[in-house]
Amino acid sequence: MSKRTDLLLSIADDELILGWRNSEWTGIAPFLEEDVAFSSIAQNEIGHARALYELAAAELGTTADELAFDRKPEEYRCAPLVELRRLEWARTIARHWLYETADEIRLATLKASDDPEIAGIATKMDREEAYHRMHAEMWIDRLLSTDDGRSRLDEAVDELWPYALGVLDDELRWKLRARVEARLGRTLPEIEAVPRGVHGAELAELWEEMTLVRRSAPPGSQW
Amino acid sequence: MIFEVFRQERKGQPFQHAGSVVAPDEQFAEIYAREQYGRRQESVALWLVARDDVSEIAEFPDEFDLKYRRVDGYSIKTRLREARERAGTLDMAPGGSDAA
Repeated sequence: MSKRTDLLLSIADDELILGWRNSEWTGIAPFLEEDVAFSSIAQNEIGHARALYELAAAELGTTADELAFDRKPEEYRCAPLVELRRLEWARTIARHWLYETADEIRLATLKASDDPEIAGIATKMDREEAYHRMHAEMWIDRLLSTDDGRSRLDEAVDELWPYALGVLDDELRWKLRARVEARLGRTLPEIEAVPRGVHGAELAELWEEMTLVRRSAPPGSQW
Repeated sequence: MIFEVFRQERKGQPFQHAGSVVAPDEQFAEIYAREQYGRRQESVALWLVARDDVSEIAEFPDEFDLKYRRVDGYSIKTRLREARERAGTLDMAPGGSDAA
């Protein structure tokens, strides 16, 4: 597999799995408006995944659906940050914010890519991600505005920090650290990143559920 | 806070009331309105107005049965045209001579 395909699949898998995880809040988010907004953001992420899978599929001679659903869990290239099952709102928001911040740093490098398809898709994605970031940043403002919110956010960020570092390649991690530390006004521990592509049991569970319908249908079924 | 949301379906069309969103502040309201009333490309623009900023009129007393003010079944088109002809203002009317 080329470096380009590997990159496309890494980001596509991040977006698909995070979209799936975030969609687990549909119907049970803290209040109606947030439910709709968060579900809509989840759908956007899955749309990004599809566009990225299509680029990778053209290179591999396959289809986006096959890449999204027909690989084994261990073949997914996503960062462990996105696969964690976190049905608790402060952690969900912390993960959302950490991911969007890392994603912005990653997209900035991709937008400058020499490969016009990669630069193009990154520019398109960034236009939607801007609203995701706005949403995440507003929640961070609110959490930071009270002692209770601040301590919940701190606790969640401490737990997720090694995972967040794992979203980015080694040479970009300092940028994430600088952004997050400046926003929270504190230093984060020098810690080993949880590397991309190493999966826990939670991904296998998610995969079972995500691919259930497709696996139950005869091969070649049209949707 | 409650924000009333008005949406415009196509450029040039009037904004129509779409519904409302509950949000802690205007920034959140903008995000929520965008996702609720714009995520399917069903709007080209939205207006948000804090409900507290809306002036409401909800009382229309009718103590003397003023239904003679209603215009149902009363065709004004011809009379208006004749009146405009008399006054020499036919060309100035909105929609020209077809004004109803």
